[in-house]
Amino acid sequence: MRYLPQTQNARKDMLDAVGASSIEDLYVDIPKEAMVDGLVDLPNHKGEIEVERAMSALARKNVAAPDSPFFLGAGTYFHHVPASVDHIIQRSEFLTAYTPYQPEIAQGTLQALFEFQTFIAQLTGQDVANASLYDGSTATTEAALMAMRITKRKKVVIGTELHPHYREVLGSYMGNIEDSKITDGLESIDEQTACVIVQSPDFFGNPHKYDAWRKKCDESGALLVVVVNEIVSLGMLDSPSCADIVCGEAQSIGMPMSYGGPHLGFFACRQKYLRQMPGRLCGMTEDADGRRGFVLTLSTREQHIRREKATSNICTNQGLCALAFTIHMSLLGEDGFKKLARTNHEAACYLADALDGVDGVSVINEHFFNEFVVELPKDASVVVEDLATCNIIGGYALDGNRLLVSATEMTTDDDVAELVHILAEIL
Amino acid sequence: MAEFRYTKDHEAIYVDGGVAAVGITAHAQDALGDLVFIELPEVGKTVAKGDEIAVVESVKTAAEVYAPIAGEIIEANDAVVDDLALISNPVNDNGWLVKLKIADESALSDLMDEAAYDAYLKEID
Amino acid sequence: MSLDKVDYSQDRGLNYEENLLWEKEHSEHSGVDFPDLKDTPTRTGMDMRDDIGLPQLSEPQVVRHFVRMSTWNYSIDHGFFPLGSCTMKHNPRLNEKVARMKGFAHIHPMQPASTAQGALELMHELQNWLAELTGLPGVCLAPAAGAHGELAGMMTIKRAHEQQGNAHKKIILAPDSSHGTNPATAVMCGFEVRSIPTAETGRLSVEAFKEALYRTDEKGADIAGMMVTNPNTCGLFETDILEISELLHAVGGYFYCDGANFNAIVGKARPADFGADVMHINLHKTFSTPHGGGGPGSGPICCTEELAQYMPVPTVIKGDDGLYTLENETDRPETLGKLKAFQGQFGMFVRALSYMMSHGADGLRQVSEDAVLNANYILSQLSDDFHAPYGGQPCMHECLLTDKKQKEHGVSTLDMAKALVEYGYHPMTVYFPLVLAGTMLIEPTETESKDAIDRFIATMKGIANDVREGDTEKFHSYPISTPRKRLDEVKAARNPILRWKKD
Repeated sequence: MRYLPQTQNARKDMLDAVGASSIEDLYVDIPKEAMVDGLVDLPNHKGEIEVERAMSALARKNVAAPDSPFFLGAGTYFHHVPASVDHIIQRSEFLTAYTPYQPEIAQGTLQALFEFQTFIAQLTGQDVANASLYDGSTATTEAALMAMRITKRKKVVIGTELHPHYREVLGSYMGNIEDSKITDGLESIDEQTACVIVQSPDFFGNPHKYDAWRKKCDESGALLVVVVNEIVSLGMLDSPSCADIVCGEAQSIGMPMSYGGPHLGFFACRQKYLRQMPGRLCGMTEDADGRRGFVLTLSTREQHIRREKATSNICTNQGLCALAFTIHMSLLGEDGFKKLARTNHEAACYLADALDGVDGVSVINEHFFNEFVVELPKDASVVVEDLATCNIIGGYALDGNRLLVSATEMTTDDDVAELVHILAEIL
Repeated sequence: MAEFRYTKDHEAIYVDGGVAAVGITAHAQDALGDLVFIELPEVGKTVAKGDEIAVVESVKTAAEVYAPIAGEIIEANDAVVDDLALISNPVNDNGWLVKLKIADESALSDLMDEAAYDAYLKEID
Repeated sequence: MSLDKVDYSQDRGLNYEENLLWEKEHSEHSGVDFPDLKDTPTRTGMDMRDDIGLPQLSEPQVVRHFVRMSTWNYSIDHGFFPLGSCTMKHNPRLNEKVARMKGFAHIHPMQPASTAQGALELMHELQNWLAELTGLPGVCLAPAAGAHGELAGMMTIKRAHEQQGNAHKKIILAPDSSHGTNPATAVMCGFEVRSIPTAETGRLSVEAFKEALYRTDEKGADIAGMMVTNPNTCGLFETDILEISELLHAVGGYFYCDGANFNAIVGKARPADFGADVMHINLHKTFSTPHGGGGPGSGPICCTEELAQYMPVPTVIKGDDGLYTLENETDRPETLGKLKAFQGQFGMFVRALSYMMSHGADGLRQVSEDAVLNANYILSQLSDDFHAPYGGQPCMHECLLTDKKQKEHGVSTLDMAKALVEYGYHPMTVYFPLVLAGTMLIEPTETESKDAIDRFIATMKGIANDVREGDTEKFHSYPISTPRKRLDEVKAARNPILRWKKD
């Protein structure tokens, strides 16, 4: 009970002050049928040592990326996070602060969000960015919903291979909208199309140029939505500045993989669509003495004011994750960010050459950033399981014999050598 | 005959020659505080009484402006979007938001005149 | 606080000024070192990206930048946070420590289940704890935050109606005291919201409920469900909830319980037992995962056996062989599908389970009891000085006051909130719920000592006293001791500046 400061004396004094004879007097409004008789059927409290022991036991049952050659990407990437990032986000002032609705005592969080928005706007080549969304899948869905609001159309076209989870999430949300539909490919863009979603690099690792998509969108009046789920790629690949909305996943900068979350959805768009953008926004202003300061702004778009007329029901952002991203980006800077991208690409090139040298294995992609598809001589899901028994996390099994593999700055030449060695044995 | 009319939602209307210039009353402006944004509808749209025709936003609130009477939107006041302070001018000057071509002038009798609106304000205070 | 104006330093004592990253001198060194590039020819199929315009700083500059900014923030570790319906309680650091174990932090959401049995077991265990605490056996951990959980819960209801051939059920009843997310969520799901006015007692009345239930169909055949926060946002338990949920169930509607106020009853009463069919749990409220300046949250949903088949995927199931797996669309075709990539905010699951295990069944009951006692104590001590619309009866874990008495002297709820900021507190929740004018919703939580609560009460009484004695002028300019005084929100909204840009 180490987290409960009240003493028995204090409780008694307070009950007296309230005029209650026992604590049960304060629960009189709850029907008897709903009250638990005694305690719920769960273990009683435990000390820090016992909890830590139980948690360690669970953690040990998992194969962690630092302990195994690791080649899995598919929308979540194993990257290095500088020690100072985690140190700063664990400061009480950031970790245990509330949403900055009281700006006079939340300038730290607010300025960091302003800097976050600037980083995202610069990386995506867009005019404005919001203060983050849950993750890449929900950000992509919000982009499609926003395009439908702006164009008053109900068809979404998937341009390039979209992350399968993103597509499923989009489908679940669109199921709520009557007469909406999702189709595929450049040819299906027409006058009913609200937006075209182009993921780059796509789920199979292919980077895309945007010219042809932009042209087709201009002809049909659809918005161009670019999805990026490996944000590090923006240190090498073309800026998606010609898009109307750029969104995706930024977990790679500042966050561990954490078995799928918390990650960091980002969302940027053109200035003219600002008022249709979902999520929190931080803006610059002045205080009563004319000094620069920051506030959450344009909140009339949001659910707590518009209620049923809000742009989205999203309430929270990924505040601390956005902070981690901002700190990590500050540490990288222009040169560091580009060097990180190049290092990833070189690691992937090295992996591709090594895998191409394995009998029966061929690299499918002509172009890639840090992830690509290889064709194996046998079923990829079987290979992934076999590799796992050898303590290698080998990649993501696509259909049939195709395997999606990735390399980052964490991938060593030894890791690649071990993968090649084991593959030669099991194939 | 030109005349002013009012609604319980605090729309102010100036009717002249079959056209209603619609804005918001001083009471509504007081309640909202400083405006930060105004959204106007497309010209040419036909609206029924009670349809949303504009949105006025302050920092903390967004309020819908409803059509006080059925008609066609024939003009939207873009000047007030650029200079929000204009909203405090009378609707028969440049403080209006939208001009409606009234479908049926007999429906005007459902709206309050100035005396009735003043009495209504006293009642809700 | 008036600063002597000098032009050679902007800082004073522990009050720091800090510019933006882009306003600092561009360093030659990145704060991260990499091995030399091998200059491998690129295979991206495009030219290298041009200058992005990012700043560049060394590590000490970056660390100082953020540490100085951090000193401008108030936090729960600084002091009392009486923010109603937000449950700002102590965040144990043990939870941070365990979430960072490499077996949790550095595992991939798509790695083979055979290499993540510990993670899946942890999720299964958390599902069991939440099922036991709510009495609702179906648990999906995936939703990313409370509002996302609401969406998951309401889509579960929608899916159930569709699958059962009741797609015509379109109306959702919601009290006007509900969180703004409730109507926003219902509309997103394609429902129509019918608001129920809160009675003068601060509660739902059976009469008002019946009127809304049968308004457009005398048998309530068009009713899909209701969204009710219980305890409600006036800090009161809905005393007629059993009768109301029976009436709702009788017309085939489902009861969505907004779990924002679960802290009042955790370990003490179970929502299933007062009729809830589905609810979300804010792990960042009741189970103390840190708010982090606005996220990440986590909003698992719990539902009845009947609704469980329709919930989103994935959920964790334990096989007869003792192995844990993720249940997906192919295993459960009735599901509404996925609402988020991967499995949810797993890092928050680790923290929440660590918190639950630390408290246990006995500790969680004590959490509820102390939270409720603390709120009642505050209500009893402040009822004379402030208008307490629902005083004279017990409240739950939060109490509602208004500015009615102070308003007569020209001091509003906003002024008093800003005065609390000046006096070293985070304000309570203000102007919510919307059922009355000038509301102040105070939630002390269980992690405050009587001592700390007494100091807060003394401050509130002091404010009331100053107002009574006419010492009111200062309230309009507070706060003045903070890093910034009142900020101009109108200026920010009229001409939004949302990013730094080169002049």
